[in-house]
Amino acid sequence: MKFPISWLNDYLDMTGITAKEYAHELTMSGSKVEGVENAGDGISNVVVGHLVSVTKHPNADTLSVCQVDVGDETIQVVTGADNISEGDYVPVAKHGAHLPGGINIKKGKLRGETSNGMLCSYQELALSKEDVPYAIEDGILILPEPYAPGTDIKQIFSLDEDVVEFEITSNRPDCFSVIGLARETALTFKRPFHVPTPSYPTCGGNIADYAKINVEAPDLCPRYTARVVKNLKIEESPKWLRDRLALSGIRAINNIVDITNYVLLEYGQPMHAFDLSFLEGGEINVRRAKEGETITTLDEQDHALDPSMLVICDAKKPVAVAGVMGGLNSEITENTKTLLFESANFDGPSIRLTAKKLGMRTESSSRYEKGLDHRNLLPALDRACELIVQLGAGEVVDGVIDVDNASDARASIPFCPKRINALLGTDLDGAYMTKLLTDLGCCFVGDDVVPPSWRPDLLCEADLAEEVARFYGYNAIGSTALRGETTHGVKTYTQQTEDLVHDTLTAQGLYQTMTFSFTSPKELAKLSGKAELMDTVVISNPLGEENSVMRTTLLASVLETLSTNYNHRNERAWIYELANVYIPQKEQKLPDEHKVIALAMYGDCDFFDLKGAVESLLDSLRVRGAEFVPESGNATFHPGRCARILCRGEEIGIIGEVHPSVASAFGIGTRAYAGELRFDKLCDMRKSEIKYKPLPKFPAVSRDIAMLVDTTVGVADIERIIRSCSGSILEETKLFDVYQGKQIPDGKKSVAYSIIYRAPDRTLTDEEVSGVFAKTVSTLEQKLGATLR
Amino acid sequence: MSSLLPCRAGGFHFKAGKGNPIVKERIESIKSDAEQLLTAISSIEDLEALRVRFLGKKGELTSVLKGLGQASPEERPVIGQMANEARVYLEEKISSAKSALEQKATAEKLKAEVIDVTMPGKKHATGSRHPLQQVEDRLSSIFLGLGFSIAEGPDVELDYYNFEALNIPKNHPARDTQDTFYINDDVVLRSQTSPVQVRVMEQTTPPIRIICPGRVYRSDAVDATHSPVFHQMEGLVVDKGVTMGDLRGTLELFVKELYGADAKVRFRPHHFPFTEPSAEMDVSCFVCGGKGCRVCKQEGFIEILGCGMVHPDVLRRCNIDPEVYSGFAFGIGLERIAMRAYGIDDMRLLYENDLRFLKQF
Repeated sequence: MKFPISWLNDYLDMTGITAKEYAHELTMSGSKVEGVENAGDGISNVVVGHLVSVTKHPNADTLSVCQVDVGDETIQVVTGADNISEGDYVPVAKHGAHLPGGINIKKGKLRGETSNGMLCSYQELALSKEDVPYAIEDGILILPEPYAPGTDIKQIFSLDEDVVEFEITSNRPDCFSVIGLARETALTFKRPFHVPTPSYPTCGGNIADYAKINVEAPDLCPRYTARVVKNLKIEESPKWLRDRLALSGIRAINNIVDITNYVLLEYGQPMHAFDLSFLEGGEINVRRAKEGETITTLDEQDHALDPSMLVICDAKKPVAVAGVMGGLNSEITENTKTLLFESANFDGPSIRLTAKKLGMRTESSSRYEKGLDHRNLLPALDRACELIVQLGAGEVVDGVIDVDNASDARASIPFCPKRINALLGTDLDGAYMTKLLTDLGCCFVGDDVVPPSWRPDLLCEADLAEEVARFYGYNAIGSTALRGETTHGVKTYTQQTEDLVHDTLTAQGLYQTMTFSFTSPKELAKLSGKAELMDTVVISNPLGEENSVMRTTLLASVLETLSTNYNHRNERAWIYELANVYIPQKEQKLPDEHKVIALAMYGDCDFFDLKGAVESLLDSLRVRGAEFVPESGNATFHPGRCARILCRGEEIGIIGEVHPSVASAFGIGTRAYAGELRFDKLCDMRKSEIKYKPLPKFPAVSRDIAMLVDTTVGVADIERIIRSCSGSILEETKLFDVYQGKQIPDGKKSVAYSIIYRAPDRTLTDEEVSGVFAKTVSTLEQKLGATLR
Repeated sequence: MSSLLPCRAGGFHFKAGKGNPIVKERIESIKSDAEQLLTAISSIEDLEALRVRFLGKKGELTSVLKGLGQASPEERPVIGQMANEARVYLEEKISSAKSALEQKATAEKLKAEVIDVTMPGKKHATGSRHPLQQVEDRLSSIFLGLGFSIAEGPDVELDYYNFEALNIPKNHPARDTQDTFYINDDVVLRSQTSPVQVRVMEQTTPPIRIICPGRVYRSDAVDATHSPVFHQMEGLVVDKGVTMGDLRGTLELFVKELYGADAKVRFRPHHFPFTEPSAEMDVSCFVCGGKGCRVCKQEGFIEILGCGMVHPDVLRRCNIDPEVYSGFAFGIGLERIAMRAYGIDDMRLLYENDLRFLKQF
């Protein structure tokens, strides 16, 4: 909502209020000022000059020397322009002038001739083509009228105006008007406020002879008022009107359109003007559209209408989309002789929905959708007619049509200063609150407050409290500390587990990443993963296909991150992400959302670095008994370098070297490793209780064993056998060598372990250890075909 | 003529009848021989050889001591004492020579082991949490300290919790301020963390003190200050007698924790459908301290969060009686905080995850 501050003087005395003060005070009382601009801020000492003479420069072919009358004197100015002639009136920037863009003008010599200023083009004055449609593109601005020389150029173009721009919240439809904001201004600065009542002579006749209005959908159109104007003279609006519109960001078109736009700005009531001769049957029917009806709106767009939409029709066809935009078939043209002014009230949600369906949003619809006050219809209509007469644009026919089905029901809010004080934490006088609310336009009926008709947002006590607070001053309310029972500020078990995950993985050298929760089916497909991955929650209005489905796995995200880093030539990227995945559930409205941990790395690492990070995590969460089982059937991973992680029979995750085709699909040009773990399952399996184990009292005995086995034998199998043969005296197995190559037959590998035996309650005898060791060796030979070295 | 046959191996033979002065001499000469040889010793091995020669099992002085048995009973104690004195003397000398040699060897070893300490150390590679996580952690710890607990809710949420329960019915213009992603008519990607407040209020009787950090989604094209995915932290307090003064006090405290004791706050009236009165809170510009500069657009203050007293309708819908209880709520954007705290000028960096960026935090 934008307008020149000077407009407010029509309704209250603005003396002594600076633009800066205005912006601050209105913001602090609830109407947020986005900014105040003064178009003329950068301009000073630029005046109208009359070119008394223009002669060629003696020393330069392309320059001219001008004698310019600037009112109090005649000065010499040199210019390179060629579009000027004697007698022209032009803008002159005198010595010491400032121009927009921080340009300062100083007198000087140009090829030996003194120049005491500069003649200006419209661009140099930061004017737009709309401001000066008569100007030529490259040349001095030739003013269209013989203004008095010496006149400040800012006056000519109304540049010396402070224009304020507000950001109004949707609950204050009354503030989408200059009058509404004038009211707020008056309340904020405690000054009297008055809106002049429009008055104008009519020319006789009877509106009933010109038009009739029929409202078939009173639920969507609670009230419809109209007047007729005849003998129209369509022409340009006077300067004061055009200026106010221009400063408010609205282009002036002709007097009729300008008047409706002016009233829209001033009263916040959208109005429409119909060329009466194009209304078949001279009637207006306000009804829902029929199936199949269409309309071409003023912006020359065709629209298909449906029965949910309210339309303004004549006897045969729609002539406007109610509250949104008028139709081309009934618009005011230069030939229009008689018009019908519509000032109507429409149901907000219906207008919003209709505008949305048609893909439009207009100054009109954006006001209607917030809910307007029907008591504003006649004042706005009168104002429009007053302006018609004032501008000499036509004659107003006697009579007004008012189809009024509007409800007069108003909220009635119990008034209890004690409770308002309790909510705010203040101790304000009841009388203070009463005066404030009365000034706002409320009246008191018994113990209740009845808000004014333009405040549909005041419905309950809390709303009254806000009114009191904003004028008393939000920052005047004292700050107090929370009182009450002490509450427990502690993290849940799951949240603590999350902290452990972060602590452990960062200690392992991984960086936490965060990526979008949505992805595209194409991205997921790159994983060549299980079919279930592609069963996603689909967004119906996504930001592009790349963000159209909710991710079912984090693997694509972390691989994408690796790819970004690889393509930025980062040597190494070790990362993890802890975030939700979203799995659609049949028969449920909401998907299953649970957290997973995904890890990924490339650069200076191999499978066992990734496995190490995972094992460290399992250790710090004290998840015991995890097994890494080879997995060759998951196409995301290298079939020979992938493991499922099982714990107590449940699968809790998977890790592996990324399959070369998948790595390539993601644009990762080097070996990469990735994995995903179920965070929820890790939480379940986490042992958080720690129990101290006494330090060993008795010595350990260690035996080394080196053996040859087939390369297909996993060391886990060897360890399993060592464990089962050793029983309770096994303290630890340490793998210290795995070797293939020279001196080892093909298809075999050498594996060497140090086995540490210790009993908690006695010193082991050589016999015991040897016995167990022998059993271990023979079992290894039998079960795994191992041969000792 | 007496022939003395000092022999290294084997014993020393006492010539019968000849006695004391010869042995004395012998001991003296062993002592002086040993001392003399000592001065030339330069290695521990040579020192050991010398010790063995004189004091070893078959050493020269040892054989004198061994031969004591052949001496007369009167001579034995005298010679014995002399020999022992000599032995002790030599042992001390050898021992200190050994220490000196050892010290010298150590000193030489140390000198040869000089390293260039200015070369880079072997750092143990560690990672770090994402800057948004760090901000969330910091804010959480401030509120945990005030007795708040942390609640979470789903990203994919029912339209009811994201809008209707928050006083935003279908077709309400307030829905336009947040372009929402829809799954279907009833299910959305939550556009604010406020739905978690409703879920908690439905399940809990007051007193309630919670914060709800989490992801939110709005259909904003990606640019330097917008992202369709971002993070908010919501706060909610519901209890008997909670006032707007308490809202101001709590948030002031929070801001001073986050930005230092000099930070000032300012509240401005605003509108949210689910709070009444509603406000926006500004904090004094950290660049100019409130005087006005380019960063704060000459205002001296920068907007930081939205807040207000929970609307009675919202409480009622959660079966909390607004006649008995009142509450306040606030919501803060984590990206904004992070960008301001760390001086990050482009939001996209937070989601691009270039290691060169992440490493800085």
